[in-house]
Amino acid sequence: MLQNFIDAYSPDNLRYLLGGLWITILVSVVSIIGSFIIGSILGVIRYVKIKYLSAVVGFIIDVIRNLPLLLILFFTYFGLPNLGVKPEIIPAAILAMTIFESTMLAEIVRSGIQAVDSGQMEGARANGLTYWQGLWHIVLPQALVKMIPAIVSQFISLVKDTSLATIILLPEMLFRSQIIYGQNTNYIIPMFVAIALMYFVVCYLLSLLSRYLEKRQA
Amino acid sequence: MIHIFQAYGGTLLYGLGQTLLCSFIALIFSLIIGTFFALLEESPSKIGRRIARAYIELFRNIPLLVITMFFYVVFPLYVVKMNGFTAGTIGLTLYTSSFIAETVRAGIQSVDSGQMEGSRSNGFTYWQAMRYVVLPQAFRYVIPPLGNQFVNLVKNSSTLAFVGGFDLMYQGNVIASSSLETMAAYSAVGVLYLIITMPISYYMRYLEKRLA
Repeated sequence: MLQNFIDAYSPDNLRYLLGGLWITILVSVVSIIGSFIIGSILGVIRYVKIKYLSAVVGFIIDVIRNLPLLLILFFTYFGLPNLGVKPEIIPAAILAMTIFESTMLAEIVRSGIQAVDSGQMEGARANGLTYWQGLWHIVLPQALVKMIPAIVSQFISLVKDTSLATIILLPEMLFRSQIIYGQNTNYIIPMFVAIALMYFVVCYLLSLLSRYLEKRQA
Repeated sequence: MIHIFQAYGGTLLYGLGQTLLCSFIALIFSLIIGTFFALLEESPSKIGRRIARAYIELFRNIPLLVITMFFYVVFPLYVVKMNGFTAGTIGLTLYTSSFIAETVRAGIQSVDSGQMEGSRSNGFTYWQAMRYVVLPQAFRYVIPPLGNQFVNLVKNSSTLAFVGGFDLMYQGNVIASSSLETMAAYSAVGVLYLIITMPISYYMRYLEKRLA
């Protein structure tokens, strides 16, 4: 059994797995940045209650939030070709993650804005700022600080969720571990231990960060 | 999309049934396990707290799919053979139980500590006070987040598709590949998921507002 572990963790295999970790991080980071931008816009639109637009955006957010991410992955990778667009694997994964996470972040942004004391906006308006100026310069910066722990938590679930993209053959950790143990069944347990450990280390460190930020705010 | 329902309605409904069945089983067991670890983490025993923390952190920080694949791939080799539905449900239960433990723990902490002190000074043991005084109050706070966990559970049950669990997502894939109308097939699946998840999350939002 020990020999299996030693053989399975050969430098080549480890490098191959770490390459998968890199893909996981790449997809997660690009998606979270994209989702932060789109999510902020959607969250603000839902918050400010523009006639019709806010209701429509709110409904779309609720629909996407209540679908499984896996289904959205299938839409972007297997569904889009049906409409004549054929995305590559990595862009399809990033697109799906961004669509899904934007709606999650939109809700975080909205509750972040709601958590800012309404006196801030009133004060800004009383000092001659327009509504949008007050929102942009006074309310949003304060909301952002309050949202950061929740955004980090959302990023953790995003990192975990990238494993779902094995189904569209995204060469991330889980996918690569399957390739390695597919060649030698003795490697199955070492591979599961390795990827569980790698996911755990990344996510646990991030959760410590989120908890630290939360405490610093309180 | 409508012709997908007409042609494959039975298959889709069967998948929906499997999804609901798996979600309910996982909900019941993860409630029991999650509450147990929440109590353990709030208990006076230091070792108990350590064990609970380790369990919660372990299953919160490993992807559901990795847990499920572990039961589907590794377990049959060394322990016992199981089908995809069982492996998926076990994975889902363990994963969700760690989130439910955190939710229930937050609920216990939100109950005023005077409640526990009052029951103790009236002669209750720690566990009696927990069982009859603190937990019933905690569960009231916890219902909206638990409902949201159930929504997550239904969505996460789509990982059964990876292990041949015959759930809604799995059937959607079968239909998509046999009809070649991927967009329509996945849309039909999406509608069925929304029929379950949307009402629950709207109702939970309503409850949250009422409690606040």
